[in-house]
Amino acid sequence: MLLKRLVLGILTLVAISLLITLGVEALSGDVCTAMMGQMASAAKVAACHSQLNLNLPMHERYLTWLWNFMQGDLGNALTNHRSIASLIGNRIGNTFFLAGLAALVAVPLALTLGVIAALYRNSFFDRAISIVTLSGISVPDFFIAYILMAIFAVWLGVLPAISNLDQSMDLWDRIYISALPVLTLTVAVSAHMMRMTRAAIVSLLASPYIEMAKLKGIRPSRIIIKHALPNALSPIIQVVMLNLAWLVVGVVIVEVVFVYPGLGALMIDAVFLRDMPVVQATAMVFASVYVILNLLADILSMLSNPRLRHRN
Amino acid sequence: MSQKLLEVSDLLIEADIDGVWKPIVNSLSMTLERGEIIGLIGESGAGKSTFGLTALGYTKPGCRIVSGSIKLDGVDLTQMKEPQLREIRGDRVTYVAQSAAASFNPAHTLFEQFAESAVQHGKMTMAEARERSVELFRQLELPDPELIGERYPHQVSGGQLQRAMTAMALGCDPDIIVFDEPTTALDVTTQIEVLGAIREAVKARNVAAIYITHDLAVVAQMADRIMVLRYGDLIEEGDARSMLTNPQHEYTRRLLNVRALRETRKGHDEDNVQLSIENITASYAGPKKNVLEDINVNIVKGKTVAVVGESGSGKSTLARVITGLLPPSHGKIIFNGTELNPALSMRSKKDLQSIQMIYQIADIAMNPRHKIKKIIGRPLQFYLGLTGKQKDERVLELLRLIEIPEEFAERYPGQLSGGEKQRICIARALAAEPELIICDEVTSALDQLVAKGILDLLLNLQKELGVSYLFITHDLATVKSIADEIVVMYQGKVVEQGSKVDILTPPHAPYTELLLSSVPEMDPDWLTNLVGKRKRGESPTSESITT
Repeated sequence: MLLKRLVLGILTLVAISLLITLGVEALSGDVCTAMMGQMASAAKVAACHSQLNLNLPMHERYLTWLWNFMQGDLGNALTNHRSIASLIGNRIGNTFFLAGLAALVAVPLALTLGVIAALYRNSFFDRAISIVTLSGISVPDFFIAYILMAIFAVWLGVLPAISNLDQSMDLWDRIYISALPVLTLTVAVSAHMMRMTRAAIVSLLASPYIEMAKLKGIRPSRIIIKHALPNALSPIIQVVMLNLAWLVVGVVIVEVVFVYPGLGALMIDAVFLRDMPVVQATAMVFASVYVILNLLADILSMLSNPRLRHRN
Repeated sequence: MSQKLLEVSDLLIEADIDGVWKPIVNSLSMTLERGEIIGLIGESGAGKSTFGLTALGYTKPGCRIVSGSIKLDGVDLTQMKEPQLREIRGDRVTYVAQSAAASFNPAHTLFEQFAESAVQHGKMTMAEARERSVELFRQLELPDPELIGERYPHQVSGGQLQRAMTAMALGCDPDIIVFDEPTTALDVTTQIEVLGAIREAVKARNVAAIYITHDLAVVAQMADRIMVLRYGDLIEEGDARSMLTNPQHEYTRRLLNVRALRETRKGHDEDNVQLSIENITASYAGPKKNVLEDINVNIVKGKTVAVVGESGSGKSTLARVITGLLPPSHGKIIFNGTELNPALSMRSKKDLQSIQMIYQIADIAMNPRHKIKKIIGRPLQFYLGLTGKQKDERVLELLRLIEIPEEFAERYPGQLSGGEKQRICIARALAAEPELIICDEVTSALDQLVAKGILDLLLNLQKELGVSYLFITHDLATVKSIADEIVVMYQGKVVEQGSKVDILTPPHAPYTELLLSSVPEMDPDWLTNLVGKRKRGESPTSESITT
């Protein structure tokens, strides 16, 4: 079964690469007109095209790219001719650092809040966290970013508004400078995870084994954590993984807002310049993250079920 | 000392039914001495579980104690706060639930759950709990008492789980155990073994018990004293033996008479075979062994064939094969002289119409968002092409036939009681004007008196309309009252088949003997005698059958 998922995952990647090609192709202009501007002469543009092999039909370019990609060759950027592998290599660590940091804050926070909300369900506290977290996802994340920036950078002046991370910084500086983007991402992803944790636990509270635990004189907190949570893990894992995937992809906009030197910013620049190989490569990174995290979610869900873990 | 162990007085409990608080336990009182077993008996809605659970100071969500007191050794549980009650629950008063399969947490091993009460109450260390679990698992005759605790609930059988739950309830040496229908979900042959083990363990430790059940014969084996409840009221209370021999109240008498045997009908043409199952062998997908092996059954027109067996005997699979849901790997089904196509999708509309099915759980066999008239009207339209006024009239006719008021046509299934829902399912099957109806455990989810009504109805309909029934059941009492022919199945094979009289008169095949001897009888000494007989090897046991 796992093998089937893996094959499906790879097919998904191929399908996405095709969609990305079609998408970028559909945009007006190409890398030559983008670099030289509207006023460039037709001859110059044509020379540029033939130099970059852009005069070949689309499917040929796509298949060449796919062939090279499968051999691990990402090619060079069309604009500055630098190796895409090294371009991405510099940025990918930054993006994963940001997403990882956000996950490290958001996942435990959301799960804890979810458990507490389930424990004190329908109380004032429960409603309060629901309202706060739900407002968080009802607002677009760039807007959250600007609000947080206004509060913490402009008004209170405690956190930097621009997260221009560079290689020379030590860990604490990196964390400090990434604080606002991390906070933005946390607000954006916590609500789903918290609501799902709460819902998954509450849906189990009417089960006979929960009543049994009550009649064994077990404390409510222990009932939730020891008896309900392990059986609620599967849906929680699914939604956590989905949100982690969203984190890595969702950073695109947040990176732009905070001028954070990550993969998302690179992708946006590449789209503006119609630099197809770079767009394609970054898209593949994001898509792989999705595929891998979903695969991981399936594996973990399976492991969380004792019926599947301990077969007779 | 005159103080009773448990003294419940004038307890009034209300439940929130659609926003209105209605009494479900009406000023009931009960006393319990140390070591005494009291049986609470009644049908669903009698309030017996609600009343029994108050010994733990617990009411189900949506219920509240309005007045009265529950004194455990003189201390009133109704005056206690939750943390104090938690100290009593699982320690001094424990609980054994109806379905152990659902009441054990699937995520933890049996031992983890066994140890939880004792360790959380500070009664034992983990090591002590382990020793204790082995001792109790052994007493309850669980296999491998040293190792079975490491298993997860899904890895042991239903009967074993129920014993493990009883062991868990005994773990802290409680004063009282509340047994809430602990054997209802089990097969008859398993039920006997669990009943025997529970009684031994409870008597040996001099624990008091409240035994809740709907089955008078079961309670007769367990209880010293019986309270008969109905709609939250006490109908009758008394010593178990004298109540069984001399019931005072009409309702108790009716409960006692549910099992009365009906006469065998004669006079049908024995050669008029309607459905003939020939050499059927079937299995489910995957490299598993056959679920059915070489089954041969004939159903004579207008008669009832009862297929009886425990869970896993293949009796429901047989129904799936006949209906075409599971094409057999070998053999054929002949209906009115012509062979039926093995697959459902290949059968003609006429074939589909002739064989109808009624299911065990009426709730999930009906679309909750359709009105009754639509549920019954659908086959009228599909098979008979009735529409408009004709259809509506036929629906009302069918409702009269199943003794349901006509105005129910406008209701939804959710507004009906369990027995009424099953009647609607019967009407839906009849609407197609079938020749054969397959009844799959149609009464096992119903109370005994309601079930009796359904069986009576089915028999009357047969007399009137001449339909044949294939009656699938695990309940021998049902078989005795409805069958003309009996087919006994065990592990996918037919063990014995023949007319009801032949099967029910000795000598029996060993498995039939086991099944028949396992049906509880009203005699309070029945269990003791049977366990004795089985130990001496005079009566077959599950082990002697399988080996």
